[in-house]
Amino acid sequence: MTRAALPLLGRLWLALILVFLYAPILVMAAMSFNASPFYQLPFEASTVWYEKMSANPQILAAALRSVLIALATTLIATTLGTMASIALFRYDFPGKRVLQVLLFPPIAIPWLITGTAMLIFFFAVGIGRGTPAVIIGHVALALPYVIVTVTARLSSFDITLEEAARSMGAGAWTVLRRVTLPWIAPGVVAGALFAFAVSFDQFVVSYFLSEPGDSTLPVLIYTAIRKGFTPEINAISTLIITLSMTVMVLAARYSRLGGDR
Amino acid sequence: MSGVEVQNITKRFGRALALDDVTVSFPDGGFFGLLGPSGSGKTTLLRTIAGFHYPEAGRIRIGDRPVEQVPVEQRDIGMMFQNYALFPNMSVADNVGFGLRVRRVPAAEERRRIAETLDLVQLGGLADRRPAQLSGGQRQRVALARAIVTNPKVLLLDEPLSALDKSLRVDMQIELKRIQRDIGITTIFVTHDQEEALTLSDRIGILRAGRIVQVGPPREVYDRPVDAFAAGFLGEANWIPDSCLAGLDLPASPQGHRFAVRPEALAIGTAPDLARNALRGRLVQRVFAGAMATCLIEVEGSPWKLVARDRDIPDLPGAGEVWLSWAARDTIAVPA
Repeated sequence: MTRAALPLLGRLWLALILVFLYAPILVMAAMSFNASPFYQLPFEASTVWYEKMSANPQILAAALRSVLIALATTLIATTLGTMASIALFRYDFPGKRVLQVLLFPPIAIPWLITGTAMLIFFFAVGIGRGTPAVIIGHVALALPYVIVTVTARLSSFDITLEEAARSMGAGAWTVLRRVTLPWIAPGVVAGALFAFAVSFDQFVVSYFLSEPGDSTLPVLIYTAIRKGFTPEINAISTLIITLSMTVMVLAARYSRLGGDR
Repeated sequence: MSGVEVQNITKRFGRALALDDVTVSFPDGGFFGLLGPSGSGKTTLLRTIAGFHYPEAGRIRIGDRPVEQVPVEQRDIGMMFQNYALFPNMSVADNVGFGLRVRRVPAAEERRRIAETLDLVQLGGLADRRPAQLSGGQRQRVALARAIVTNPKVLLLDEPLSALDKSLRVDMQIELKRIQRDIGITTIFVTHDQEEALTLSDRIGILRAGRIVQVGPPREVYDRPVDAFAAGFLGEANWIPDSCLAGLDLPASPQGHRFAVRPEALAIGTAPDLARNALRGRLVQRVFAGAMATCLIEVEGSPWKLVARDRDIPDLPGAGEVWLSWAARDTIAVPA
């Protein structure tokens, strides 16, 4: 039997994948704690780059802006996405399938193209560049993720629970608050975490839509690298990765809860 | 409490006519069973009374109040769903108390009424359980308690017992009837199980293709069906072939009528009983089922069924000629 050989090969394969995925990140994270600015070994533990980073007002401003934009995006996309999911779940209307299909291209279309299209469109309608434009762009990108996670959770929801609540005298708002939302809450939380991650990690659309000197953290990093690499970038990047991965792990946990129960 | 009046209700789903000019009266305090095959409109009628569908035409009154344009949540109904629809994230007490909280009943009264209603359905000790921790029968009781705790004007039951296994179902039928009688609430229920309809209801309405076929007390509907459909749907009917009508004592003219006999009205023997209506047939099979037995007989090419206590059926030749007989008053006549 090949039972022993296969798992061995499989494990090797898996190890290779993980190495290629995470080794660069781990090297970068390690270097962010290395005192040498030129990646010199031996490793000399230091937090000097974190100190420099936190003393840099540009970085702090960009980080704050990134977080605020991500929070705004999360709030708007989660609210709109949840409402849309419930509507798509409850009602049948002409063109529903088309609408559902139209919600997915933002996931499939390259961000470069989406960003260019948004830039042209926003100038055409007078929104132009700036933080509001960035938020609108991020919401458009995050919306499908929210709809997908909430819809997945709704698919296990029993619509007669809403009917039962109504038969007991509950109006639309009470039904939503006491019956529907408690059931889909894990999906909504997962969708919100995805929305936050999509916005916080977003580079292309932010780069196109933000005004110079008003950039988000990923845009700032890109600009900084073009000017000349400093290990400060490693420190910021390590922090961003830690935050994003935490968010993603939480989202995965919530959406798994959403699927099974 | 109050009765429910449905007048000339028409309801369409797209092109399909689900209810076709239905008029029926549900008496105050009665237990009314809506019976019909699937697609007959019985569930649509129940859900239209509940308010989940608005009819295109016609009037609905609960008590003195016209409700055809009133949304579900303002109709003051109690409803039990086929799958019970208990809120999984709430305890038994919170499920039962839901309607009270929506109506902003004071907390002390809410607790008292939850306890009272749980006692009524004999679930006193289970107030803190979650629905997932209950058996099917217990869930059913919670669903019933939840539907009656607000003292609604009318109780609507959608296939209330179909999810239970047979022995439990019989227990719950008795229980449901007791509770309904205790609180005297006008009750309308939908079922496709004719035995359940006969057991529970004091009035039955038979539906077919969106129309009411017959309404009346169970015995009347069973003994005097208005047409061939009602005769065959509620209980079983052995149709007498036209070629055998001569010589039988019939309740109506053979012109324009068809005649049937219920399986339990028949007696079987090896010789004709000349004092009663009798027909010759060929015994196909005798099925022993404990106390009762069923005989399948072929009469002039049509399949007949006899149901009797096994001890009342004489020894018969394995398969062969037998005589069936019945009292003349047990012949059912319906328009052809």
